[in-house]
Amino acid sequence: MNIYVLLKRTFDTEEKITLSNGKINEDGAEFIINPYDEYAVEEAIQVRDAQGGEVTVISVGTEEAEKQLRTALAMGADKAVLINIEDDIENGDQFTTAKIIGEYLKGKNADLIIAGNVAIDGGSGQVGPRVAEILGIPYITTITKLDIAAGNVSVIRDVEGDSETIEASLPLLVTAQQGLNEPRYPSLPGIMKAKKKPLEKLELDDLDLEEEDVEAKTKTIEIYLPAKKEAGKVLNGEISDQVSELVQLLRSEAKVI
Amino acid sequence: MARKFLVLGEVRDGSLRNVSFEAIGAAKLAADGGEIVGVLVGDSVQNFGNELIQYGADRVVAVENDQLKQYTSDGYAQSLLAVIEQEKPEGIFFGHTALGKDLAPKLAGKLESGLISDVTSIEEEGGNIVFTRPIYSGKAFEKKIVTAGIVFATVRPNNIEPLAKDESRSGDVSTLSVDIKDLRTIIKDVVRKASEGVDLSEAKVVIAGGRGVKSEDGFEPLKELAQVLGGAVGASRGACDADYCDYSLQIGQTGKVVTPDLYIACGISGAIQHLAGMSNSKVIVAINKDPEANIFNVADYGIVGDLFEVIPLLTEEFKKLKVNA
Repeated sequence: MNIYVLLKRTFDTEEKITLSNGKINEDGAEFIINPYDEYAVEEAIQVRDAQGGEVTVISVGTEEAEKQLRTALAMGADKAVLINIEDDIENGDQFTTAKIIGEYLKGKNADLIIAGNVAIDGGSGQVGPRVAEILGIPYITTITKLDIAAGNVSVIRDVEGDSETIEASLPLLVTAQQGLNEPRYPSLPGIMKAKKKPLEKLELDDLDLEEEDVEAKTKTIEIYLPAKKEAGKVLNGEISDQVSELVQLLRSEAKVI
Repeated sequence: MARKFLVLGEVRDGSLRNVSFEAIGAAKLAADGGEIVGVLVGDSVQNFGNELIQYGADRVVAVENDQLKQYTSDGYAQSLLAVIEQEKPEGIFFGHTALGKDLAPKLAGKLESGLISDVTSIEEEGGNIVFTRPIYSGKAFEKKIVTAGIVFATVRPNNIEPLAKDESRSGDVSTLSVDIKDLRTIIKDVVRKASEGVDLSEAKVVIAGGRGVKSEDGFEPLKELAQVLGGAVGASRGACDADYCDYSLQIGQTGKVVTPDLYIACGISGAIQHLAGMSNSKVIVAINKDPEANIFNVADYGIVGDLFEVIPLLTEEFKKLKVNA
């Protein structure tokens, strides 16, 4: 089975966000594989181990994403592709990313594409379905279980807490929700092997794409940080008095009850 | 400049979701006096048309077909593409719900248009519709505009005011017949886990438990309080990882992002990943035994104490209020 994983390099979840010159300040920040994409990598490896085939991990971004791709290779993926857009695109959006991935995947005969359902930085959750639409294949988002037998796929999809059992056939794109699996940590031999696994580096030229072809359909005009909250009121006294006071405050001061 | 906007009215469990009314409110801001057309998709949904109109839609187009009884991205996309073809709108708004998140990118992709997801406010600035949305799970915000194609947006529940319901409003509810074919995904079964009680992402009040809840049974007092307040129960990752509750309740950087009017954090330490999922709530109450817990730094009101002592007292107080009201 020919399996592809869409992976994004994102800020570590522990990072505080600061701005410099109106943009998110990346200096000194730790980066990780987007947590939902980690589920995607793990699932792809498990499907390959059960069904045979090959797992290729793709990332669109900058040179720095090589580190996260190597981590995915160390987890057990077979190949990686880094599409470096640093020199070509200043302001991309989800259309841009999807178009590039779609173009790369055309003619690759992917059986299964797995992505995270959302990235924890931009939080748009658009790239997976957009890629499926470009490739003309069906997709199922926020899945928590994936079973494949003889080309038939059965998935469980999380729908705001409810579970839908859905049947489809390959080729298919799915996006991972928390609960799909428990991503493994790369083993030491895995890390050693990953250094020698193929990592292909491409630019727009290599995909026969011009900058106009991938021009964003949206534009960010401002980024700002939320207003700092004033220190709250910690109540004192007997617990029962505190509870009465809290209810009063919620009614008369905060006016939420 | 007046412009026409479509709004999808989402029906779940036999009624229209509140976020659809909020999306109409959003469309009103964007349309600048233009027409708002409600869209309904399903096997039998026309009867919801009047309610959309009472909440501000000028008229409604309903696509009805037996194949649309359950949501599938293929079935809904075919329906909406037909409506878009007929109406030629400037933009189309959805709730940022499981359905909206699943469907909107497909349509925006098909029509090579820009989509702004998870919008929390809208304003009109010099002819542009400017959308505000959280990024980095609410640690920052961005303002965006759509520069090409139809203006697609999904609107986060609980953030944009719906218009007041006006039962005197009336308008045309028409149907559009669409040939639904080639559904490539088939729903075989639905297990309802979330349907008891109030939807977490749309709840006005959220009672959330963390590791301090200590067990599955420990959630019982939280559920009782939620019931009295008409709210929903949520959890921190710690509580989910410890198997005290289902992951569907998780609030945080991974998990759900909620912005209720009132968020009561019980036995939650307040890790940065959890704060990312709830710090934009309007009023935050923290109940924790540890006075140093980080959750007190974002709380409007705090009680240092044992949640198993505090929560039942709180439930009693609110019950009294209800009786007196």
